[in-house]
Amino acid sequence: MKKLRLERKTSGSGFSVFLNSVLFTGVALVVCGFIIAAVGFNPIEVYAKMFRKAFLSARGIRKAIESGLPLMLCGLGVSIAFRMNLNNIGAEGQYAVGAIFGVAYVLYGPNLPGVPGILALACCCFLGGALWALLCAAPRAFWDVDESITTLMLNYVALILLSYLCLGPWKAKGQNMGQTEKIPDAFVIPEIPGLEVSMAFPAVIVIALLLFFFYRYTTSGFQINVIGKSPTAARYAGINIRRNILLVLGLSGGLAGLAGFVQYVAVTGRVQENMPNNAGYTGIVIAYLSRFNPIVVIIVSILFAGLQNSSATVQVMGVPAQIATMMQGAIMVIVIAGDFFQRYKFVAAGKGGKA
Amino acid sequence: MKEPVIEMRNITKRFGDVIANENVNLSLYPGEIHALLGENGAGKSTLMNVLTGIYKPNSGDIFFHGKKVSIKSPKQAVDMGIGMVHQHFRLIPPLSVAENVFLYMPDCKKVLRQKEMEDAINACSREFHLEVDASAKVWQLSVGEQQRVEIIKLLYRGADILILDEPSAVLTAQEAAEMFRVLRSMADSGKSIIIISHKMNEVMQNADRITVLKGGKVEDTMEAADATIERLTRAVVGEREFVPQVRQNHDLSEDVVLQAENLSVKNDKGLEAVKNVSFTIRAGEIFGIAGVAGNGQKELTEAIAGLRKAEKGTVTVRGEDLTSLSIRKHIDKGVSFIPEDRLSMGLVPSLDMSDNIILKHFGWEKFSRRGILKKKMMDQTAEEYIEKYDIKTAGIHSPVGLMSGGNQQKLLIAREINGNPSLLVASYPVRGLDIGATEAIHRILLEESAKGTAILLVSEELDEIFQMADRIGVMCDGNMMAILDRRDADYDTIGRLMSGEQL
Repeated sequence: MKKLRLERKTSGSGFSVFLNSVLFTGVALVVCGFIIAAVGFNPIEVYAKMFRKAFLSARGIRKAIESGLPLMLCGLGVSIAFRMNLNNIGAEGQYAVGAIFGVAYVLYGPNLPGVPGILALACCCFLGGALWALLCAAPRAFWDVDESITTLMLNYVALILLSYLCLGPWKAKGQNMGQTEKIPDAFVIPEIPGLEVSMAFPAVIVIALLLFFFYRYTTSGFQINVIGKSPTAARYAGINIRRNILLVLGLSGGLAGLAGFVQYVAVTGRVQENMPNNAGYTGIVIAYLSRFNPIVVIIVSILFAGLQNSSATVQVMGVPAQIATMMQGAIMVIVIAGDFFQRYKFVAAGKGGKA
Repeated sequence: MKEPVIEMRNITKRFGDVIANENVNLSLYPGEIHALLGENGAGKSTLMNVLTGIYKPNSGDIFFHGKKVSIKSPKQAVDMGIGMVHQHFRLIPPLSVAENVFLYMPDCKKVLRQKEMEDAINACSREFHLEVDASAKVWQLSVGEQQRVEIIKLLYRGADILILDEPSAVLTAQEAAEMFRVLRSMADSGKSIIIISHKMNEVMQNADRITVLKGGKVEDTMEAADATIERLTRAVVGEREFVPQVRQNHDLSEDVVLQAENLSVKNDKGLEAVKNVSFTIRAGEIFGIAGVAGNGQKELTEAIAGLRKAEKGTVTVRGEDLTSLSIRKHIDKGVSFIPEDRLSMGLVPSLDMSDNIILKHFGWEKFSRRGILKKKMMDQTAEEYIEKYDIKTAGIHSPVGLMSGGNQQKLLIAREINGNPSLLVASYPVRGLDIGATEAIHRILLEESAKGTAILLVSEELDEIFQMADRIGVMCDGNMMAILDRRDADYDTIGRLMSGEQL
């Protein structure tokens, strides 16, 4: 009998990574299918219904894009940090602080009309997220304090601050819910005429394209890449690692802060006490699945958002809404485990090659 | 004649279309030290991996004490008493010597007493004259001592056949002599030893028999007594004309490039590794630093390149004090550095050639403008280097980690001399390279010095130092023992200075 054994692969193309991801997403869906069947539903029927709802109607797609916006920005933010091997687990908190800065600008900032006003508001949200991330970046850069712990812990601080503000000083009058007043119309981002999709979407695509260009064609992107792959070589090459930690975590947090901005300005029109609603954590999943490629982040975010939206529709069948969370988790775990086949291949034992 | 312990007959091993071993015959007798000699890629390691059960040969047989065997796994090889000391040790630094040895035991008791383990190890190390403190942590040991631990690991498991891959590569001359003495006494007690090497002198002095591999085939097998340098060279490199690059004597210019004054530098453990060292290098001069690795060379070169802070003293390049400036400033001031660890420091293995070329120089006008990389220029430069330095690669966009050591080093050196540095610091530039690559690197260094670059060459091979350097500084235990003109120096004097004797 021929035995199989593992062998390391020397290289993998971008396309084979893609195929692998699609294949293992399929595996994840099958696994989830068994669980759906186990709770007494027909998985094919459930999937069909979810898919139809989320992606086969114009409304479904619009909804997926809309609720995907904050996911995209969190995913992009997380990706840039992960590319440099900085574990920014704090997109959730940076998102919240971005939103807080946004409300503060609307309440206390100068009253600029039109586009400059919207841009100023966006900058303010970016700044909030960036500052929140820099609280962790500085200790990391100067004293080597592990950023995965600090960013994670600051999430709780930011979320509690957000709910305090939404339930306390900034609470909208005459409302039971913890949320702020509706944003003045002047700040609302217009929709693309005829498509009913917020202009924020093309703006995010532009950000993704810029990031793509940044990684590939700029000296800063190059430095981030080198630091991520070999900090020793980066130091040897005279690359300023401290400055890059500050820059990258700042940008990362800023992008997550912009997630607060789009949600506030383009989706809900108010800041609500539970607003990040796990988008920061989902952003980590999205970043990983996209292999930190900004263009892929956009696509995966829309798929994830659609998945989340469609779970509501199967609820009427009696399927628990948590199905979306379960599927996201399963896809992440299984696709990343499937990476194994990206790095190794099976060969018949005894055939050539290194063990 | 005694019956061989191991006989490998007509071993052929292919990797895809590449033939690594072809009809190789090798016999090993009890009590002998058998040397496997050959260039990198000659198939020495493959053959030993077949013997230790890591690879299965495509054809050929292995006889163990006259019986045909098939070695299916490394574990089976170990059970048969075949053990290998790899070039890169497989030890766990935070654990003690005893723990490292017992970790390797397949079926020892679940609960171990520290004292018991240490006594057992000490007994073993006394028996074979392998002195080592069983309770010491591995990270505290010198490289030579770590190697002894590796050997003890094998002996303690009852190995009768020991394979050592380039055992002297990391040792000082004294340590190497000591190691060969130990190996000889083990052979006398009946054990069989195979050493893989590419140093001809060492092999002639220490082995009983020599097998030379070339291009995967056995080129020659001989008694060490019958071996001569000429015969070995012919077998190793073939009829290829081999002219070692040799430095011509010439007068030094007056133009001082590097001035190191009273330099003291600490190592990673916070101990003083370089002690009050002063020397100068002039334009066009090659200044060789001889010494056993680990006597402060690494710290000295890193301090000069700006990677390590000097505790005391100054480093001046072309009249400018660089001592406290950043690494970037050192690069900009024309200090180039070939670090001893090319793959973890000098290059980024997962990046391609184009990216590695700009590793230090991405900010140059040639490679970027206003922060945007000039990809075309990068690729063009990569092609130029391939042409000019005869670099073999699967393509400029394949990861440099897949290139051979010699080609990686050529790429690294090409980058470092590009842009006409004032000073080139080269740490062990030919370590681990075969004759062909060594020759190429030496030629590049000589050409570079002819252009007026000051070169600091660190090496543990005296041959290399004598071949290349104008002046020789000898380091021992962080001190600069003496600085000699090559014309006034001889091997014996340098050797004694290396071991710490005063002149």
